Amino acid sequence: MADGKQTAARADDLVPAPAVAAGQDSVARAMRRRGDESRFWWLVPTLYIIFLLLPIYWLVNMSFKTNQEILGQFSLWPQNPTLRNYMVIFSDPSWYNGYINSIIYVVLNTAISVSVALPAAYAFSRYRFLGDKHLFFWLLTNRMAPPAVFALPFFQLYSAFGLIDTHIAVALAHCLFNVPLAVWILEGFMSGVPKEIDETAYIDGYSFPRFFFKIFMPLIASGIGVAAFFCFMFSWVELLLARTLTTTAAKPIAATMTRTVSASGLDWGVLAAAGVLTIIPGALVIWFVRNYIAKGFALGRV
Amino acid sequence: MEKTWNNKAWFMVLPVLVLVAFSAIIPLMTVVNYSVQDTFGNNEFFWAGTEWYQEMLTSSRFWEAMGRNLIFSFVILAIEIPLGIFIALNMPKSGWGVPVCLVAMALPLLVPWNVVGTIWQVFGRVDIGLLGYAMNALGIDYNYVNDPFDAWVTVIVMDVWHWTSLVVLLCYAGLVSIPDAYYQAAKIDGASRWAIFRYIQLPKMNRVLLIAVLLRFMDSFMIYTEPFVVTGGGPGNSTTFLSIDLVKMAVGQFDLGPAAAMSIIYFLIILLLSWVFYTVMTNYGSEK
Repeated sequence: MADGKQTAARADDLVPAPAVAAGQDSVARAMRRRGDESRFWWLVPTLYIIFLLLPIYWLVNMSFKTNQEILGQFSLWPQNPTLRNYMVIFSDPSWYNGYINSIIYVVLNTAISVSVALPAAYAFSRYRFLGDKHLFFWLLTNRMAPPAVFALPFFQLYSAFGLIDTHIAVALAHCLFNVPLAVWILEGFMSGVPKEIDETAYIDGYSFPRFFFKIFMPLIASGIGVAAFFCFMFSWVELLLARTLTTTAAKPIAATMTRTVSASGLDWGVLAAAGVLTIIPGALVIWFVRNYIAKGFALGRV
Repeated sequence: MEKTWNNKAWFMVLPVLVLVAFSAIIPLMTVVNYSVQDTFGNNEFFWAGTEWYQEMLTSSRFWEAMGRNLIFSFVILAIEIPLGIFIALNMPKSGWGVPVCLVAMALPLLVPWNVVGTIWQVFGRVDIGLLGYAMNALGIDYNYVNDPFDAWVTVIVMDVWHWTSLVVLLCYAGLVSIPDAYYQAAKIDGASRWAIFRYIQLPKMNRVLLIAVLLRFMDSFMIYTEPFVVTGGGPGNSTTFLSIDLVKMAVGQFDLGPAAAMSIIYFLIILLLSWVFYTVMTNYGSEK
């Protein structure tokens, strides 16, 4: 912001006084008109949002139809709305356990990722140490690594430890990309906190753990929230590794969905209902991180 | 920020190091192992040297998958980046529209990837999907199940649907960081709309755009779940991208040697790209 004021001051210096007065008037008018070079600017976001919501609407629409209606007639909204598809999911343990499994490993992964990333991010944001830059880069490469490369070796590694089909196996596997992500996001937020705060606290006699938990963590609370959200999200949307490492006991909902392809054809209604239910968690929490979502995707670097 | 030199900071990084080493280095070493060995079963392995690498680098199957992947990445970049900038420029700057736009646009980013596949699989079906039905009603012969071109169009539109919002959000974050004074100065100079975009908005979006391009390129380069759900790599091999081919080879056919060699080549490409990404990220941070 200071940057902006300087530029404004410089602009004022360059223009003679009367012109400034006239200029400011027209600027004020221009400001009112800004973003409205045409009166139809709202058309673009509106069309785009319609494009985004149409396929989701179609899924929701299908989830309230019976299979006969889905296959039999083409209708833009359910003619005989039914909750049968949702009832199937909520009454069949093999369906709703999928959700429970997913939530268990996602929460485990988020807890692990954020708690190990916090001290590391602090170290990266405050200190220089032997090999810090290389380490930081190496972490990034893991965020970028294709899960397909890791699917088979993960399977063998976790088989060797007897961890296949446990929640912790998926949680640990997802650390591959979530820990680096959490470190990068948290480092971005921590670097925004002036170092003087640390120094003042030490002078006031705070020990490091007390400083870290009592002063520093509240300061970067939003950063921790954003990091946790992104860990949650990327673990929730990932399928390849989660599916490879589980068979029945820890099978995620995403993998359960593929089984609606059965001998009797696809149960489209249940498939749609299951899909709708997987979108809900993301849709619920998105409101809280809406202002940070770009920062999170840019790994804390906007 | 001035950072103090302190090697004790290593202790703080240690947990991350152990965890990521367990989930990254050990599996990667397994892959390297397989890539230089051959087996006739029974867990007996023989030294194969660079045989698998040579086989991979001369196999047309690998290069075709690579070619498809490159075409795919470039097409979606060519669509998503300009579209993302255009939408970001037209986003509301204040008022109730901002949170509504942000939330609505971020929604596809939070849909599980296989559900993205399912959504488009359903949406594009000619018998039950709105898109497929509407296309055929308009007299366009569209069927992504049989026609390779339509399959490509579906996969690309799906990716545009899924990820354009990322570009929009990043560009928007860059745009709102421009102080109003810049626009005032431009107005005083009588700058045209194009000049404002070219000399004020674009330079300010430079870095977020680079991040967007690199992220989109890397993520599209390792795309697996969405096309796998929609097309399963078909019809024929027409949408078999590198990841799909790799999983087919490693898990489906259990050709460990070639799959491992392919993994390593794949990983090296990603490593190179990550390095570019890292340089962009950190260099820009230091000049700010």
